[in-house]
Amino acid sequence: MALSDLFSRRRKEHAESEVGASDAPVHPTKVLARFIAGLSSRSQPVLLDLGPVVGTNVSFFGEQLGCKIIVEDLSKDIDRHVRDGLLDQLPAFLMKRFPQESASIDGILCWDVFDYIEKKSAKPLAEQLIRMLRPDGVLLAFFGTAQPQPGSRPEYTRHVVVDKANLQHRLYAAARPKQRPLPNRDIQLLFEPLRIVEQFLLKTNLREVLFRKAPETPGGPPVAPSA
Amino acid sequence: MWKRDEAVRPTSGQPATPAAAASTQPVPTPAAVQPDVRRIERDIVNIGKSVVIKGELNGSEDLTIEGHVEGRIELKDHVLTIGPNGKIKAQVFAKAVIVLGEVNGNVTASEKVDIRDGGSVDGDIISPRVAIAEGAHFRGSVDMQRKGAQPGQQKAASSSQAEKAQASASAQPQAAAH
Repeated sequence: MALSDLFSRRRKEHAESEVGASDAPVHPTKVLARFIAGLSSRSQPVLLDLGPVVGTNVSFFGEQLGCKIIVEDLSKDIDRHVRDGLLDQLPAFLMKRFPQESASIDGILCWDVFDYIEKKSAKPLAEQLIRMLRPDGVLLAFFGTAQPQPGSRPEYTRHVVVDKANLQHRLYAAARPKQRPLPNRDIQLLFEPLRIVEQFLLKTNLREVLFRKAPETPGGPPVAPSA
Repeated sequence: MWKRDEAVRPTSGQPATPAAAASTQPVPTPAAVQPDVRRIERDIVNIGKSVVIKGELNGSEDLTIEGHVEGRIELKDHVLTIGPNGKIKAQVFAKAVIVLGEVNGNVTASEKVDIRDGGSVDGDIISPRVAIAEGAHFRGSVDMQRKGAQPGQQKAASSSQAEKAQASASAQPQAAAH
């Protein structure tokens, strides 16, 4: 078989595994613009992306906004633990998952990763994200509000930045479906001491939340978050 | 599409030896070969998939690697292509890097890094332009600032900074509008 045939076959197989990349629906986002504005005070903000790597996102944040982007795709880790039957080890794994130093990240793109893990795994993950976030840093997370439909095909969403106000949602196969949605109060508790600065409940059954870590006071630790 | 077929086509019937590959000597071409083919054979050197190189690889012409390389690769002003069979465990420095195989190590390019469908990079990328295809694997960081840019590149970098500042400025009013 010619090598070019092999390439075209691989491309075709890959294209079939995703819901038509270019035809995927585009949804408005309210918090992305605020998230970007939260990064703009830094000269070269460091961004941590917990979703799968997306070339256009890298270009958007890297070329247009001058960010340094760190990609740590958690969906692969979740899938691996599900397939190996090691979900009980996921909390301990997440505690050691991130080599980044404390207070070294200006912005974190969580996307909807918390929808795919249970509370016992969500807590250590949130603790690690809080640890890595710099004072005055921002964290963007999406939380589903609808109960998962039994028998529905498990899928992750690849969030592709179209512009500051729109995201394209491209679905791809997951090893497990979304878990029970977290109530708002649990979300707040999970990310304490981060403060929720923006929260939008969209018609698409998605809660968009922007968290901010309290800024550091001169000569002291970060100030306590206001209510 | 980039010259995919040309890039992965062996330049001669003989697989490259490590010594020949490391020195990246041009392959002699028969006189009867068409001029465009000859140009490809002169400019792109292949490291075949049976070749394993451990150490430092320097060159002054475009290079396609289908074999295994461990150590350090430096093609400062040229294009490095890691073919679908290529496995690299090395620090890579080149003008442009195209990845269809596997790279484990940091990649620094003065122009562009392009990770194609099926390509995999585990390491940090420093390059002013980075393209990552949908089916590519990447784990690491991407730094698109032009650290250590040459004088001619610094101007472009500063204009990029200006664009960035403009983008940031335009982000502010939009955010406030919500």
